[in-house]
Amino acid sequence: MNKSKIARAFVYLGAAITFGVLGYIILFVFINGVPYITPDLFAWNYTTENVSLTPALITTLYIIGGSLLVATPIGVFTAVYLVEYADRSRPIVKLMSMATDTLAAVPSIVYGLFGFLFFVTFLGFQFSLLAGMLTMTIMILPLIIRSTEEALLAVGRPLREASYALGAGKLRTIFNVVLPVAMPGILSGVILAIGRIIGESAALIYTLGSSVNLPDSLLSSGRTLAVHMYVLSSEGFHVNEAYATAVVLIVLVLALNAFSTFISRRIVRGGK
Amino acid sequence: MAEMKVRDLDLWYGDFQGLKNINMDIIENQIIAFIGPSGSGKSTFLKTLNRMNDLVENARVEGTIELDGVDIYAPNTDVNVLRKKVGMVFQNPNPFPKSIYDNIAFGPRTHGITDKNELDEIVENSLKGAAIWDEVKDHLDRSALSISGGQQQRVCIARALAVEPEILLMDEPTSALDPISTAKIEELVTTLKEDYTIAMVTHNMQQASRISDRTAFFLSGELIETDDTTKIFTNPEHEDTENYISGRFG
Repeated sequence: MNKSKIARAFVYLGAAITFGVLGYIILFVFINGVPYITPDLFAWNYTTENVSLTPALITTLYIIGGSLLVATPIGVFTAVYLVEYADRSRPIVKLMSMATDTLAAVPSIVYGLFGFLFFVTFLGFQFSLLAGMLTMTIMILPLIIRSTEEALLAVGRPLREASYALGAGKLRTIFNVVLPVAMPGILSGVILAIGRIIGESAALIYTLGSSVNLPDSLLSSGRTLAVHMYVLSSEGFHVNEAYATAVVLIVLVLALNAFSTFISRRIVRGGK
Repeated sequence: MAEMKVRDLDLWYGDFQGLKNINMDIIENQIIAFIGPSGSGKSTFLKTLNRMNDLVENARVEGTIELDGVDIYAPNTDVNVLRKKVGMVFQNPNPFPKSIYDNIAFGPRTHGITDKNELDEIVENSLKGAAIWDEVKDHLDRSALSISGGQQQRVCIARALAVEPEILLMDEPTSALDPISTAKIEELVTTLKEDYTIAMVTHNMQQASRISDRTAFFLSGELIETDDTTKIFTNPEHEDTENYISGRFG
């Protein structure tokens, strides 16, 4: 047996383990969950009998939408500043860069605790949609800044030169040439951010709370699908419904991924 | 009027002197070819003519370049206006990842044209000017990346024409293209000189002798000589020039 065959075997083994585990998890969740997906599960109002996931599903979308609405512009503009304007040798810029990297690696429970102390208690938001959104905003900011930075750096010199050579200034070059080209990279950061929000439970229990009702204002409590699942399974009465909720969660993630891939494909080529 | 006068031009990258005391006149409605071996400074020189070298860190220029009597390195120069007057086409086709239409309209829009009819007209005229209209007129909404490299380069030329420059700088515009596309671009360039003044860097000496009126030979950051193309290629003043065109170095 020669070396390349051994190497090949390891490559196949690695791929098989990865896909095997992934496939097993998905299959496991689907087999356990799909039979319990009933119309009752999607009832508009939650009761202890139907354990409807609809309020949690809508709350999840609220949290995603709200946090992205705040975090995306701030994150993208910060990255534009860092890449296009800031002088990288200045200590303050280095510090910002380092802070971003550090924040990206902080465990989410720390954000939860911060959100609880600052938004919920100090600012008096209580357990609320607003506190949850703002906490998630802070959590995903570093992610969006990082991926936008990388996407901007990857835009080649030739495109910038073409724009400058036509008499376009720096601002127009950044907004009309560089950012559109970097959009797929930025979007993939946004997708990662969505993934983190969907998967988050600890930080949200401390800030959004776990009310079963659909929040009727920014200051009322709610629960996301992940929190909903956590509560259902830890209470132990509705484990089957927890699996069914997981199925819905996975489908939601797939749908969001497909949607953003579709959009970024349209943007990359700019035209048909 | 569209002529440039270069006087006593020096350029440094940090401590390295890239151009040494260049003097040259670029004459209206002519094609001037810049030839010379790699690293001779011909592309660097081309970039000083629309101040693209401003984008290079540590680059420093001394001397003057006058465009129609006005020094383009004067402190009050608006670089964006300069680059509108002195257009540029690059070595590798670099269309924006936008539709063909939006590529051409980018420049005019930059300079404040928003009227749809006016833009339509500019796009059509520019594409016709670059001899690519017939090939793309039915799918202007397609991505400029979906056409061939030679077509992309002509779209880039059209894009440069769309801002109505007086002078067109071309940095080895055919070096990345196949022979048929090259022939098309060469033919295009010779027709463009009726309306524009053209300065073109080329590695290809046959190309320089085929299409240019005058030729400038660069070596190690110095301009060795500038003369009528026929003179340069038949009876150059300098030995270095003769050695280069006869293929003895470079």
